[in-house]
Amino acid sequence: MSKSHENHIVPVSTYLTIFTILIVMTGVTLWVAFHDFGIWNTPVAMLIASFKATLVLLFFMHLKYSPRLMTIVFFSSAYMLALLILIVMADITTRTIPAVSSVGM
Amino acid sequence: MSHGHKSEFLAHHFEDLEQQKESAALGMWLFLCTEVLFFGGLFCCYAYYKYRFFDAFISGSHHLDIKLGLLNTAVLITSSLTMALAVHAAQKGARGRTSLMLLLTIALAGVFLVVKYFEWSTKFHHGIIPGHNFQFPAEDLYGGATVKTVEIFYSLYYCMSGLHGIHVILGIVVIGWLWWINQKGRITPEYNVPVEMVGLYWHFVDIIWIFLFPLLYLLGLHVHG
Repeated sequence: MSKSHENHIVPVSTYLTIFTILIVMTGVTLWVAFHDFGIWNTPVAMLIASFKATLVLLFFMHLKYSPRLMTIVFFSSAYMLALLILIVMADITTRTIPAVSSVGM
Repeated sequence: MSHGHKSEFLAHHFEDLEQQKESAALGMWLFLCTEVLFFGGLFCCYAYYKYRFFDAFISGSHHLDIKLGLLNTAVLITSSLTMALAVHAAQKGARGRTSLMLLLTIALAGVFLVVKYFEWSTKFHHGIIPGHNFQFPAEDLYGGATVKTVEIFYSLYYCMSGLHGIHVILGIVVIGWLWWINQKGRITPEYNVPVEMVGLYWHFVDIIWIFLFPLLYLLGLHVHG
C-alpha cells in the first residue's frame, strides 16, 4: 500500500462544505418529492440519496484519500445488492401475480 | 513511520503503523459490506412490496410525520459532521476537542432516538402496530389500498427504522467507549485508529438513514401535497 496516504488529515473546511451540501440536498430530496415523475419517482429519490451517500463515503469516510482497495471492497457489496434488487424486480415485473383478493389480502 | 523507531502502539505482526491502520480499515470496510447486505435484504423486501401494493405504501407513508423525519435527517447529518470533526481533532492531538465532539455526537444520537420515541409512541397510541389489532383510518386510504396492505408498509417501517435505531443505540455505546479511552489518554496523533474506525461505522449509519428517509416518509407528497 502506498505511502502517499500516510497521515492525511482532511481540513475542517472540507467537512463543513460537505455538511452544507448534504443539508441542501436534503432540501432537494423534499422538493422533488412534491413532483410526480410517474415510475421515475423512486429512481430520482434514490439517485439523490446515492449522491449524498457518495459524498459521505468520499469525504467523511475518507475513501477519496484511502487506498483504492477499500473502495473496491465496499462497492462489491453495493454491486451485489444492486444485483439482488434488479433480479427480483426483473422477476416480479414480468410475471403474472394472482389478484390481491384471491390471496386473502 | 521511520524505521528503527518502533511505536508502543504497533502490534508486532505489522510492518508499521500505516499498515496496521490500513488492516484495521480493511476489516472495517468488510464489516460494512456485511451491513450493506444485512440492510439490503430489507430494502429488497421493501422494493417487492412497494411494487405489489403501491397505493398502500403511499397511504402509509403519508401518515408518517414528515417534519419529524426531516428533523431527524438534519440531526443525523449534523452528528456525522461532529463525528468527522472528532476524527480531525484526534489526528491533531486536540484531546479536549475530541472529547467535546464525541459528546456532541452522542447528544445528537440521543436527540434522534428521542424524536423516534415520540414518533413511535404516537403511532402506538393510534393502534398502528402490525398484528391482530392493527388499525388505520379508512379516510386516509389512497386508491386501492386496504388496511391489511397498509399493515405491510408499517411492518417494513418498524423493521427498517427499528434496525437502524438499534445501530444508533450501539453507536452511542461505542462512541461513549471512545470518549472514555480518549479521557484516559489512549488516543494520540500517532494512534487514533479506534476513532477513525468508529467514525466509519457512524457515517454508515447516517448513509442508511439517507436512503430510509425518502423511502419511508416522502412517498405520498406528490399525491397529497
